[in-house]
Amino acid sequence: MKILVAVKRVIDYNVQIRVKEDGTGVVTDNVKMSTNPPDDNAIEEAVKIKEAGKATEVVAVTVGEEKAQETVRKALAVGADKGIHVQADGILEPLAVSKILQKIVDKEKPDLVFMGKQAIDDDCNQTGQMLSALLNWPQATFASKINVKDNKLEVTREIDEGLETIEINVPAIVTCDLRLNEPRYASLPNIMKAKKKPIEKIVVSELGVDISPRLEQLKVEEPPKRKAGIKVANVAELVQKLKNEAKVI
Amino acid sequence: MAVLLIAEHNNKELKPFTLNAATAASQIDAEVHAVIIGQNSTDAAKQLSELPVIKKVLSVEAAHYENFTAENYSPIIIKLAKNYSHIICSANTFGKNLMPRIAAHLDTSQVSDIIKVISPDTFLRPIYAGNAFATIKSKDEKKCVTIRPTSFDPCESTGGSASIEKIDASEEFSNTKFIKREEIKSDRPELGTARIVVSGGRGMQSGDNFKLITEIADKLGAAIGASRAAVDAGYISNDHQVGQTGKVVVPDLYIAIGISGAIQHLAGMKESKVIVAINKDGEAPIFSVADYGLEADLFEALPQFMEELNKLNTIQK
Amino acid sequence: MMSRESMEYDVVIIGGGPSGLSTAIKLKQLDSNLNVCILEKASEIGAHILSGNVFETRALDELLPNWKELNSPIKTKVNKEKFLFLGKTKSLSWPTWLLPSVQKNHKNYIISLANLCRWLGEQAEALGVEIFPGFPANEILYTEDGSVKGVVTQDMGIDKDGNKKDSFEPGIELLGKVTVFAEGCRGHLGKQLIKKFQLDKGKDPQQYGIGFKEIWEIDEKNHEEGLVMHTAGWPLDNNTYGGSFIYHAENKQIFLGYVIGLDYKNPHLSPYDEFQRFKTHPDIEKIIKGGKRVSYGARALIEGGFQSLPRMFMPGALLVGCDAGTLNMPKIKGSHTAMKSGIIAAETINEHLKENKDLSIFEEKFNISWLHKELYHARNVKPSFSWGLILGIIFTGIDQILFRGKLPFTLKHKHADHDTLKPANQMSKINYPKYDNVITFDKTSSVYLTGTNHTDNQPVHLKLKDPNLPINYTLEKFDEPAQRYCPAGVYEVQKENEVNKFVINSQNCIHCKTCDIKEPSQNINWVTPEGGGGPKYGNM
Repeated sequence: MKILVAVKRVIDYNVQIRVKEDGTGVVTDNVKMSTNPPDDNAIEEAVKIKEAGKATEVVAVTVGEEKAQETVRKALAVGADKGIHVQADGILEPLAVSKILQKIVDKEKPDLVFMGKQAIDDDCNQTGQMLSALLNWPQATFASKINVKDNKLEVTREIDEGLETIEINVPAIVTCDLRLNEPRYASLPNIMKAKKKPIEKIVVSELGVDISPRLEQLKVEEPPKRKAGIKVANVAELVQKLKNEAKVI
Repeated sequence: MAVLLIAEHNNKELKPFTLNAATAASQIDAEVHAVIIGQNSTDAAKQLSELPVIKKVLSVEAAHYENFTAENYSPIIIKLAKNYSHIICSANTFGKNLMPRIAAHLDTSQVSDIIKVISPDTFLRPIYAGNAFATIKSKDEKKCVTIRPTSFDPCESTGGSASIEKIDASEEFSNTKFIKREEIKSDRPELGTARIVVSGGRGMQSGDNFKLITEIADKLGAAIGASRAAVDAGYISNDHQVGQTGKVVVPDLYIAIGISGAIQHLAGMKESKVIVAINKDGEAPIFSVADYGLEADLFEALPQFMEELNKLNTIQK
Repeated sequence: MMSRESMEYDVVIIGGGPSGLSTAIKLKQLDSNLNVCILEKASEIGAHILSGNVFETRALDELLPNWKELNSPIKTKVNKEKFLFLGKTKSLSWPTWLLPSVQKNHKNYIISLANLCRWLGEQAEALGVEIFPGFPANEILYTEDGSVKGVVTQDMGIDKDGNKKDSFEPGIELLGKVTVFAEGCRGHLGKQLIKKFQLDKGKDPQQYGIGFKEIWEIDEKNHEEGLVMHTAGWPLDNNTYGGSFIYHAENKQIFLGYVIGLDYKNPHLSPYDEFQRFKTHPDIEKIIKGGKRVSYGARALIEGGFQSLPRMFMPGALLVGCDAGTLNMPKIKGSHTAMKSGIIAAETINEHLKENKDLSIFEEKFNISWLHKELYHARNVKPSFSWGLILGIIFTGIDQILFRGKLPFTLKHKHADHDTLKPANQMSKINYPKYDNVITFDKTSSVYLTGTNHTDNQPVHLKLKDPNLPINYTLEKFDEPAQRYCPAGVYEVQKENEVNKFVINSQNCIHCKTCDIKEPSQNINWVTPEGGGGPKYGNM
């Protein structure tokens, strides 16, 4: 079995986001970037499945600017065998990314595609589902447990009500939750080895997909600051206000 | 063209967030139709028809809809989509799982998790975990939009009488099989989705004292939260932590007790609809975001709070 | 002892700051076949770098003479200078012609040192240097004859009780023919080397300061790109050494900071709050009013200079930059001197490897360099301020303007900074104003801007030699000053059921090392946390 894992380069989750004064987006210059956290879980799971002898190859793919390949390099350092970097600049909507990934799937013919459930920058939560629609493959989103059985996967999904278990036939898409596993650290010798692993570079225009944006981002702004309300004199007044004024209890 | 709302239900009754999504749909266009896809879901369909904002209900029944899988839902919605300008549902795990599958088939760039309808093609949505808001205009002919339920009030649930039209099911998607759903049966709601959260901070002074909070949470049917300081001090386990490195919560009511309001904590709860702060330090930053602040010693205030709650005839759950 | 994997290099460099990167670049220029690697504890080069910074290009001109053509982040030339003595509400502008020449900056540039390091990192990588960010060096390795043979990187995946987690990844040995320690001020390995090899024998005790920096985006009308301003005086009293800097950089940003000598005596003093209060001075407030604070950070700096500078060579290793203490205090600059020390280190190592010369030739090279001359001339300024601000200024005027640092005597640093605190009951409490969250901010909101984090469930990296000392002794005698000298709110004394408890919020740590320096009993030992932990500074 061959597993393709999609990874995205995003602003590190520890960095406090700063909105640009001109409202065109957020500041990214000299800001620490990292792999989207649940994408790390996706890589980890793929590598674990390979280590368990149930997969033969793990391919990491990213779509984005030149430096996005750092995320592929990191995936190679924790066990991916091969990398693909689709070079594309500017804003890419999930629809465009899923069309690009569809082309990569056509080319690489993986049995499974893994990725994080959501990117922590645009918070869209779309790409995996869109890719499975385009491929007409089954999808298992928000996976917190994956059990590989022959040509099927049993996946436990984190849903609002609790947990849901589904069984999907391969080929399939899985989007990963942070609870799926604990990603390993890249060791120094593996980082050195990763430098020698191949990363195939594809310029997005070679793929012949329409990636033109369908959404126009009119403005990015800071969320409004919450204003202080009132101070109440005592507990009785507080409960009365919550009951009759705010109507929340 | 009308707006199509995808109802979320459990075959017996509507899930509450459907009402919030209906409100958002009605803000886009007055003509809101709703589709309900399930198995033996006629009661839920009837409930849907009683929402005054819904003008027409489309009901689809088949065994393979029993468990709401996106793979089975999407073909029928795609078929219906030709008559609608917008497809709407909640941005909870149900809608998040489903909508992109529809959008991709319609070749539409989805707008996820909106918190405001600015115009039928322009929406406000949080990005970077709510640290920025983006105003997004969709240029697609058909728009697929998921809405953040807590940002829209639920619509009226009675008084409507929309017609219910039965439509034919589409084929089953055979590569996905539902096995089971384990709903977490707890007397206490999940922190992430609770309507009310009662949180304690370092002001609680010990893990034992958290029982004062537990009592109130039981009474209110609330989840229990905590600040990082309280977690680090070992008063409570870290799955209760609210804030930047814990959970982000947006309940209707957030009660912060003995929490000073470090910015990391505020990041996790400041979108709550109503915030109450109880703290003896009148200068604590938490008061700058609280709708109702009570400057008091929590060890006196909490027993009184319990007493006052006991006096109430009814408490919303 | 667990057996570890090892990797061999010609030269292993600890720390990707100005000195370490300069060492690496110079080495590869001298011999491109040398295998050189740099270990950096931050998640990327630059993320733990914080500095003013008005940059003198002298060392860079030597290292990369064509830096102007290499798209370097050195853009804003200093075009105007001001020096103010602040009273509580008034200020007195000091004519710049009366400033010692070391404090004149007209040939210098206002830069972000973090960005300069990122750029130097790119230059180094282009020359073939291996850079490993996220890998702290945790332990020094010695050969049987006692010379340094390399370091061990931090073990990853240890839980807070010291057990291995599933993700455990053992550190590896990095062995170098020469190891260069370039950790910056108060490096935790440098500290061990100084002790082991008695590198500070015959030297004065080292002196430190704590520096704060905020970046503000300010109103266009208040911004004068290229303006460098320093202040002395308020809010510090005459006996506390310190002052501010305000550098007007590009993009309507100013770099606003404050430095306080860690030889202060009053345990009630809170350096953080002095800095916050400083911003409320009318002459400062008017600059930042209507602006927005975008960054915050703090770092200890090394101020002892010539008298305190330890021997920088030892068997198998060199100690460079602020890890040794090459900062020029009257110039308030340490970047060019750190870089120069790195260049000298590289030349030394090259001859050592090629011609088998002893590493002690570092000292000969150092002694004939401009670096030595510069530090020698600057030597008497900082100690003269132990007589107070006014006498210090008068003496400095005589020493630096009339004699240009050539007075035939050397003042001594008398005390180590951890020895200077007076008992709390003998010193007056200081009432700091409340934060307004417009100009002044509480510590936690400030720490939030640093992006610092340390993954949960790892051992606390701030080790107490005696865990009971803070409550049983330091609280009583000094009102536990860690609560105040820590710029990140790591240390708190908290009452729990009427019992005092010393709390270490180690995840807040921004790696400034102040606690390691100032703790009166030297009870706190700063060690490296898991790699990648600590602040995520942008253009600091």
